[in-house]
Amino acid sequence: MDFSFTEEQTLLRNSVQKFVQNDYTFDNRRSIVKSDTGWSHKDWMKFAELGLLGAPFSEDQGGLGGGPIETMIIMEEFGRGIVIEPYLGTVVLAGGFLRHAGSKAQQEKFIPEIVEGKRVFAFAFAEPQGRYNLADLNVTAKKSGAGYTLNGHKAVVIGAPWADSLIVTARTAGGQRDEKGISVFVVDKKAKGVSCRDYPTVDGLRASEVTFENVSLGTDALVGQADNGLPLIERVVDEGIAALSAEAIGGMKVLNDATVEYCKTRKQFGVPIGKFQVLQHRMVDMFMNYEQSVSITYMVTLKLNESETERKKAASAAKVQIGKAGRFIGQNAVQLHGGMGMTDELNVGHYFKRLTMIDTMFGNVDHHLKRYASLD
Amino acid sequence: MNVDFTPADQTFRKEVKSFIAENYPQSVRGKSRNEYGGKDDFLAWHKVLHKQGWIAPSWPKQYGGTGWSATQKYIFGEECALADTPMVLPFGIAMVGPVIYTFATEEQKKEHLPKILSGERWWCQGYSEPGSGSDLASLKTSAVRDGDHYIVNGQKTWTTLAQYADWIFCLVRTDTKAKQQEGISFLLIDMKSPGVSVRPIITMDGAHEVNEVFLDNVRVPVKNLIGKENEGWTYAKFLLGHERAGIAGVARSKRGVERLKKLAAAEQDGGKPLLADPMFTRNIAELQIDLLSLEFTELRTLANESKGGHGPEASILKIKGTDIQQRLTELTLEAIAYYGNPYRPFAHDKMTNEYVPGPDYSHGASQNYFLTRRTTIYGGSSEIQRNIIAKMVLGL
Repeated sequence: MDFSFTEEQTLLRNSVQKFVQNDYTFDNRRSIVKSDTGWSHKDWMKFAELGLLGAPFSEDQGGLGGGPIETMIIMEEFGRGIVIEPYLGTVVLAGGFLRHAGSKAQQEKFIPEIVEGKRVFAFAFAEPQGRYNLADLNVTAKKSGAGYTLNGHKAVVIGAPWADSLIVTARTAGGQRDEKGISVFVVDKKAKGVSCRDYPTVDGLRASEVTFENVSLGTDALVGQADNGLPLIERVVDEGIAALSAEAIGGMKVLNDATVEYCKTRKQFGVPIGKFQVLQHRMVDMFMNYEQSVSITYMVTLKLNESETERKKAASAAKVQIGKAGRFIGQNAVQLHGGMGMTDELNVGHYFKRLTMIDTMFGNVDHHLKRYASLD
Repeated sequence: MNVDFTPADQTFRKEVKSFIAENYPQSVRGKSRNEYGGKDDFLAWHKVLHKQGWIAPSWPKQYGGTGWSATQKYIFGEECALADTPMVLPFGIAMVGPVIYTFATEEQKKEHLPKILSGERWWCQGYSEPGSGSDLASLKTSAVRDGDHYIVNGQKTWTTLAQYADWIFCLVRTDTKAKQQEGISFLLIDMKSPGVSVRPIITMDGAHEVNEVFLDNVRVPVKNLIGKENEGWTYAKFLLGHERAGIAGVARSKRGVERLKKLAAAEQDGGKPLLADPMFTRNIAELQIDLLSLEFTELRTLANESKGGHGPEASILKIKGTDIQQRLTELTLEAIAYYGNPYRPFAHDKMTNEYVPGPDYSHGASQNYFLTRRTTIYGGSSEIQRNIIAKMVLGL
């Protein structure tokens, strides 16, 4: 039994931490969010320079040869800075699809571009009617000639305004909610028939409603097996959940530290408010919520490569714990900061908003409670 | 024991209902407060009620009240909520108005009450300061006598809608040597006075509703003092008691539950409405049951008050009422899934892209959830309310 990190992992953490502390200050983040594009290409190139964009890829592919633990370390430190750049969409999710199921040609083309910071991806999976069901798909890719024709509407595609390419889930056979008949495609955003309506999100990101109108795809656009994409999608999404859990614990830690510090310094009735036992107990509960979340993040990270059922259970368990803890910590961090916690000026609200949106991503607490119960 | 309404009450309810139906201001129909374009939108409903003589049901008849019974007031509040009328802003009608008719001079009453009723004088509340929130009595804004004037210096904060205000009612320190509560006075200040400035505070949802108000050597005529110098704390406590009445928001929350059920019926989950999901309906049912308990707690408080009782039990209404309001916004956010992500811009954002995707009911829902976190902070936080119950009710 050993929960310690290797020397390389510690070095990786230190370098991301240094970047977040020095370059990704809260003020810098604010100006990035308010800029026209809403993200920092300069910082993205810095990620490339630090090797972060290559973390999960093999050394042959130009990467660092890291695994789930390296992704966890990077995401946790990004969470501390509520980094908005599309690491999840590009490296974790698109990278996951390409690593697990990409053809040799796809890997050779796209992975070096990701590693070098030259290609950004977004994952287009949600649909207006589909809620959290990854198989509820109205977007269709119909066989036509040697390839496919893509049609339909993908909802709230996080990071799409910044993306060069989209990973798109689509129905290639069967009925709207069948588990079979789903395929995954890589689609160039500039392809004819792809249109995006962009907008900002409440947590400072950007997203798009993406519509496909008779978009022609070659067979080389297919990632993995035709008509049997769901197991692949679920695997990558579970890896995304592990990464989001790591991001969430980074944010929770910042909120807890800020709250304790505030309660030590804010005086009312002649004493620091942290002297009031009711607030002490609240902060102890926040602390326990955080510790439990760290534990479950380690758990899911270590189980990503186990059997399918074990992996799914681990991911759902983590998503439930993270969702509940994120809500408790976020709400109470605001409450204990009083009016200041409500402001846009203080960082607290921004972490709370991000934790709230992490709960929604890939299914909220209720969704994953049900998924866990169905697997147990 | 019974909670039936008399035939007269039922006739009254019909009258109110049809009045609202006929006079609902079209300019703000369907708009949430976030979408109001300015002062006129906030005052549209206020003016309708004023014209009818219904703007201040809680005031004594001689000052412009309606003379309704407690039950009638309750019915009126409920019908307004069910029809989703705009809220009447509390600062004049519910806050400073009662202080003025209770403690002010005849001259002050004549000067201020008619303009509060008509809405032509917009009030804001100068209580909290950066260093004085829960511990309000520690406030530092000073008022020093200089002939017929006070010279006021200090800073107020969380001042709701001060950007529109004509006047501010302030707690100021007039005696720095006395015990905290005994050196405070209640002062009315014209916002146009030289030395008054307002700085916006943007809240995390992106809205601009609260402000900082700076008072820099502001000369305030002594005739704007309410009651006696150094007795302002008594008036402030009186006002806070008024602020708590009606804060349960039962009828508004009932309406909120109906809206939540409607949107959960429209949201699809696996081809079925979300409203058919036992997990989600359990949450709604729990909320409804809490609300039902609160409704009867409020009725009991009301009955007690009409017999002259007035107790710190009102804190229960604030604690439970705001908890329910928060859970409502939380469940709404849960119901709309990914369409909780998009940001709905405000007028002051000056964003070129005003596109908000998703069904109408999802627009701004997460921002509403974020903003509603303030309800357990303002007007005496839930922690402070519990302290009141512990001390005043349980004798701890």
